[in-house]
Amino acid sequence: MTVEQIGSEGKDQFPIGMRVLAVDDDPTCLLLLGTLLRRCQYHVTTTSQAKTALKMLRENKNKFDLVISDVHMPDMDGFKLLEHVGLEMDLPVIMLSANGDTKLVMKGITHGACDYLLKPVRIEELQNIWQHVVRRKKKDRCNSGSKDKPHPDSGEAVGIGNVDNNGKLNKKRKDQNEDEDDERDENGHDNEDPSAQKKPRVVWSVELHRKFVAAVNQLGIDKAVPKKILELMNVEKLTRENVASHLQKFRLYLKRISCVANQQANMAAALGTADSAYLRMGSLNGLGNFHTLAGSDQLHNAAFRSFPPSGVLGRLNTPAGLGIRGLPSPGTIQLGHVQNSGNPTNDLSKLQSFVPGNHNTNILQGMPMSLELDRLQHNKSVGHIGELPTTDSTTVFPGSGNLVDARITGFSNNPLLGVTSNSLMLEGSSQQATSHTSVSAIGFQNGNALSDFTSIAPASNQLQDSKAGSQGQASPINCNAGQIIRSAPQEWNAPRKDAPYQSHALINSSIPINSAMIQLGQCLDRNNSIFHRTTDLDLVGPLNFVDPLSIKHGEGDNSIMEPSVIEKEGYLMFQPRPHGSHVPDNIGSLEDLASAMMKQADATVIL
Amino acid sequence: MERNPMRRQLASMRKSLFDQGYLDEQFMELEQLLDDANPNFVEEVVTLYYRDSARLILNLDRALERRPLDFSKLDGLMHQFKGSSSSIGAKKVKAESTLFREYCKSGNAEGCMRTFQQLKKEYATLRKKLETYFQLARQIGPMESANRPK
Repeated sequence: MTVEQIGSEGKDQFPIGMRVLAVDDDPTCLLLLGTLLRRCQYHVTTTSQAKTALKMLRENKNKFDLVISDVHMPDMDGFKLLEHVGLEMDLPVIMLSANGDTKLVMKGITHGACDYLLKPVRIEELQNIWQHVVRRKKKDRCNSGSKDKPHPDSGEAVGIGNVDNNGKLNKKRKDQNEDEDDERDENGHDNEDPSAQKKPRVVWSVELHRKFVAAVNQLGIDKAVPKKILELMNVEKLTRENVASHLQKFRLYLKRISCVANQQANMAAALGTADSAYLRMGSLNGLGNFHTLAGSDQLHNAAFRSFPPSGVLGRLNTPAGLGIRGLPSPGTIQLGHVQNSGNPTNDLSKLQSFVPGNHNTNILQGMPMSLELDRLQHNKSVGHIGELPTTDSTTVFPGSGNLVDARITGFSNNPLLGVTSNSLMLEGSSQQATSHTSVSAIGFQNGNALSDFTSIAPASNQLQDSKAGSQGQASPINCNAGQIIRSAPQEWNAPRKDAPYQSHALINSSIPINSAMIQLGQCLDRNNSIFHRTTDLDLVGPLNFVDPLSIKHGEGDNSIMEPSVIEKEGYLMFQPRPHGSHVPDNIGSLEDLASAMMKQADATVIL
Repeated sequence: MERNPMRRQLASMRKSLFDQGYLDEQFMELEQLLDDANPNFVEEVVTLYYRDSARLILNLDRALERRPLDFSKLDGLMHQFKGSSSSIGAKKVKAESTLFREYCKSGNAEGCMRTFQQLKKEYATLRKKLETYFQLARQIGPMESANRPK
């Protein structure tokens, strides 16, 4: 985007003159960073307030090429900012922190950061950051270009979808969102296949996604395998691989949604519109950012792992992801509490509050978590579901970085969080921090989605408390959850790009998730809440919702169990491009999923 | 030419700051940013650091007076402090911050308090040394304010 705009001197001399926005509340670090960047001959703008930064970015999206932001800031969490930027502006964002914990780094990745630097940062590191700008542009170009050939199946493997391919369906494509089914091909991640970039991308338009979700619902989340889905959908030129990867994303999305649901609920309402762009988001359809999730296999696992026990699948970003994630074993999704079996908890707790829109969502959240709980637990970091960007609602997950938190919080910011005001649910989780499981709450509630979530978290006791508070909030998640999914498309893309979905991991869970997802879908989509994933939502968590999902309903109302997943939209895609109303209505399918899941789940999602 | 002895003195002061572990390579990075446009860059950054971190120290002091101790808050504050300290290359201060955070994580109140006292000492010592250093540097002349490592 910006490279070309750099004016006459920009293009030729790039990276000289590259416009960087640096955000850090610490004046010493900011001064240092600014000076270093100027020394690299970039054009630098500095600010110590994240809000100011966002404002500047919103004023003119083309004013900057790259954003560098600190992680810990008083007025807004760096990950939230990351999600916002990803969703709304689709700019590369580099995170900066004195803390190099793997968890945090993972969180950054799942939220879509294209790099993570440690303070004190050295000039050598800054001299190369321009590569992120170029890479992104290139990706966009590639994506838009290759639509015509069906992709050779970059992934064929795994049946369930090469996650990596779809990851790319990136949001960048929004313009392409045409909705033509035929010839759509998903772009593989660049890391996946060498030819991935050249493959024609499948654009998962709203209609297509609806069909997809309908098919998934019809089959039941357990039985929703790509082949059958493909048959049911009966769309020309859609390959099984496309469906597989899309399914993966969707699952992630569901997971994510559950977390975000709370927050998103509100957003969902707002988002309502199914914009194609949203769909583009990555074909995530709910799968959430696979990319983000995985980034790399490890990520995938990590994601799940990171999902702090709370199951918050890392970034709830993709609503789908959220949803799906949350859907850990289909039956288990009890939105109630996502029990974090593991440690991470924090995030889960977040998730709990999440309860994306539908109660169901919560479950979903929990779900993934449960699946991955063990994995997540390790990683913890991933799940920050709490992080859902929802600005206000995110409070839910305030989080400590736990994976869950992050994610959810991410959610909150996003319009997705619209998921019914409840998205705040996640807040509850933040408290929990450890109780990742809280996420379980994510269940997408149908309407109040979030409120249920709050209850979700029971996993972590803490969460519960906090959640209790947030629960109230969470409930609001109304199915608007769809909104949650909206999470920044950027996030979606970003993660996709870099991380090949570890969809594999997802795939495993996919089965169980199916059911979950369905429920989730149901929950989620109540209102068309497209789960806008707030970029953070990446429930990256391992989709493996499967089993562990026993979401316990802790206290709270967890009505979450019923996946009221944002119905409308079915499209859980969290990554809606921030076009404003990202939330594509596609969530419909998601809702179904969610609800389906919810029903099954009734177990507590144990994160 | 009469500056030579002063320059020598400055150089040896600088060397001892590194040798004694008060400063690390990051400080050298700062020095590399000195140029005609920013002849006093290092001093500016350090001054800014001391001004801003005074606030953090105050907050930490207050937080340490509360009972029970809020470890996560303390950890958060210290994280910030550590970040800026590492940006100027304050090695010992940074080490104490790390130790402090370890104690926070394990919930060791006494360890925290003890470490914090130590940290404040190191912080004050470094400040004095740097002030002397910069003063001398200013006397020598703008471009020589910090011997740039070649």
